[in-house]
Amino acid sequence: MTGALRARTRRQVPPALVAAAVVPGLFALVPLVYLGVRALGAGPAAVLDVLTRPRTAELLVRSVALAGAVTLTCVVVGSGLAWLLVRTDLPGRRAWAAVLALPLAVPSYVAGFTWIAQWPAVAGFWGAYAVLTTVSYPYVLLPVAAALRSADGGLEEVARSLGHGAGRVLLTVTARRVRPAAAAGGLLVALYVLSDFGAVSLMRYDAFTLAIFTSYRATFDRTPAAVLGCVLVCLAGLLTWAEMRARGAAAQRIGRGTARAVAVVALGRARVPAVAAVVAVAGIALGFPAWSLVHWAAVGSSTGVDWPALAGATAVTLQVAALGAVVTVLLAGPVGVLAARHRGRLVGVVETAAYAGHALPGVTIGLALVFLGIRLVPGIYQETPLLVAGYAVLFLPLAIGAVRTSVAAAPPALEEAARSLGHGRLAAFARVTLPLAAPGVVAGAALVFLTITKELPVTLMLRPTGDDTLAVQLWSHTGAGAFGAAAPYALVLVLVAAVPTVLLDRAMRR
Amino acid sequence: MPRVPLMAAALALAALSPLVTACGSSADLTIYSGRNEQLVGELITQLEERIGGTVEVRYGSSAELAAQLLEEGDATEADVFFSQDAGALGALGGAGRLDPLPATVLDAVPAEYRAEDGGWVATSARSRVLFYDPRQVPEAELPTGLDALADPAWRGRLGYAPTNASWQAFVTGLRVLRGEDGARAWLEAFAANEPVRFENNIQILDAVNAGQIAVGLSNHYYWYERVAEVGEANVPARVHYVPGGDPLGLVNVAGAGVIAGSPDAEKARQAVEFLVSDTAQQYFADVTAEYPVRSGVSSTVHDLPPLSDLQPPDIDLSDLESLQQTLALLQETGLA
Repeated sequence: MTGALRARTRRQVPPALVAAAVVPGLFALVPLVYLGVRALGAGPAAVLDVLTRPRTAELLVRSVALAGAVTLTCVVVGSGLAWLLVRTDLPGRRAWAAVLALPLAVPSYVAGFTWIAQWPAVAGFWGAYAVLTTVSYPYVLLPVAAALRSADGGLEEVARSLGHGAGRVLLTVTARRVRPAAAAGGLLVALYVLSDFGAVSLMRYDAFTLAIFTSYRATFDRTPAAVLGCVLVCLAGLLTWAEMRARGAAAQRIGRGTARAVAVVALGRARVPAVAAVVAVAGIALGFPAWSLVHWAAVGSSTGVDWPALAGATAVTLQVAALGAVVTVLLAGPVGVLAARHRGRLVGVVETAAYAGHALPGVTIGLALVFLGIRLVPGIYQETPLLVAGYAVLFLPLAIGAVRTSVAAAPPALEEAARSLGHGRLAAFARVTLPLAAPGVVAGAALVFLTITKELPVTLMLRPTGDDTLAVQLWSHTGAGAFGAAAPYALVLVLVAAVPTVLLDRAMRR
Repeated sequence: MPRVPLMAAALALAALSPLVTACGSSADLTIYSGRNEQLVGELITQLEERIGGTVEVRYGSSAELAAQLLEEGDATEADVFFSQDAGALGALGGAGRLDPLPATVLDAVPAEYRAEDGGWVATSARSRVLFYDPRQVPEAELPTGLDALADPAWRGRLGYAPTNASWQAFVTGLRVLRGEDGARAWLEAFAANEPVRFENNIQILDAVNAGQIAVGLSNHYYWYERVAEVGEANVPARVHYVPGGDPLGLVNVAGAGVIAGSPDAEKARQAVEFLVSDTAQQYFADVTAEYPVRSGVSSTVHDLPPLSDLQPPDIDLSDLESLQQTLALLQETGLA
């Protein structure tokens, strides 16, 4: 590919954009400030003591192994499914697109519980691996499907006309096309696995988050937990940097005219195994937990459903998730645009900062927001605004990745043409790039919405007293061993998350 | 493309929908509760009626709430901490975050069920017990203590719940009582008997009822709750309280304390006082099947032997907080 295809250039970065991107970057530093205060407050000797324990190295290896295995599987499975859904004549692919994104709505602690209840022997590495893979492959599926949908078929056609076989085109032109999306999704999966507590605790897999949590629970000494948190942040920084390298330059459309529609690949005799693969993934990742929840609801010693409580929790969940999604996407916008359009040290720093907190378990982010929130903004402590801010800190990377990949796929040349016609920078962006990137941005908002609906630790610490989300109620009932009473909350949680998924699928259709 | 505005509109609409619940903390009293809403929600309603004014409760898990209270420091809005275990209260007390309780409150319970510095008081107790299947284990053959379970005759016939906090507290107690090496020796012997793992105590009880295992290590109240639910005739398992101060008979507590600098310390003290009052103690005895810590209260629902008849090991409950070493030891012996 020639230099003309470079997506990101060393053009002059607009100061306003940098300013707008630095704010969320600072926002994301909240957990890091807190970790610094906690870790250094104990003195360097205590920090060194935690770092040099053999157990710390052991935890690092275990966490990295789990994250590596899950990420690799998710990239393969997610990309493969995305290709089947977007580029082939798979029967019922529109319905499958919605169904296959839904496991994202299953909280890892629910999935973990259903697995361990069914097969107690699955505990350990493979149990954690299975659960985390089934709940997080959509992080790859969604962005890759969006990239494939918005792709120009012209390049593939050219490659075919030059005598390359379908397989080779897929592995070269198409793969290059989706590489940024797959890398962004893979990063999210890796960070999610590093930060997850639900699955590793149920599966008794001794990873970093379990150790952090135990440290709070065991000694109430927040220093070791903070030091381990710092290690996770370093790991996240490393992963983010690696992803930037792996992302590569996205292939850009050049030339005039509209994008050519992509030719649909006829599966032919491969149709049966393709359908079988899709059914298997949907069955394991969604069918099994859903069946298990219905089973609980039916056989649990449930004393009937408390409809008002269920309705209240649903309303609270919808509201905080919608608010959180809107705020997170607004904050993520400038960072995503900056990362898509420009290069340089500053861009890298801002982006890495935004991702840094994403590997931390929720309990650490929650405590960071408690520590700073009550000191800096006592007026909104344990009120909805601070809760929403907490969600933004937690899920900024989800939205940044979505904005960045969708803006990167909109050719800068079009925007430049608009500017040459007398539009200002902002107007050109709003009228040319934004409409092109809109589906991807909305996908990001939906992703954040979904993820907020099942968030627990930060919600517990920062929610207005008495405002229970579905996840909080679910936790409360399972904590009392009332699985039957908990099941309706879990089912509604999955249904609530299904709404944006279906809308999303519609928004994506061209 | 026209679908995108629709989606955005839907999001915006949901975000701007009016709040369905009142917000703003204008309560007279704020309680942070590590005890589950399903278990103590009704009791809190009674507490509200007793002390007057509005009571707000934030439910969470005891350890995280303790960490949160430590982070909030002086700025906290919490007046009372109602904890599932003594360790979390001990941590707050150690950090100077609990105000001493008045003697009237402390004297309501025996000395072993309150903090030495008067920072917290136990509100209910739970005993570690053995559930056993009388069809397999005649009373004469019941384990007399910890070391009896190391007998190879029990191989494959024991059950435990490795992730359960009460099991971990028992192992911590074992370490405190017998030292690291003594605890390791017993855990290795126990592991050699290939005990069956269960996800929770309810499953242990089910397995004993079904005759899958002969003996399960658990907490007493699961059995009483089950009996209240289905009748004693339909519960084959029986409860064995291990006597003689053996580590298997550990008694652990839930408790409460007043947060230092509480804006309404008087109301906070009244709330804790209520939790050790006859009314609340009767609630624990009848509803949650726990042991009341106040003498003279006994359950009208469950046939619980009096707490004073139990022979738990002599242990300072605030010593049960070295969970880190406990987990390391459990990992080492393959029981985690």
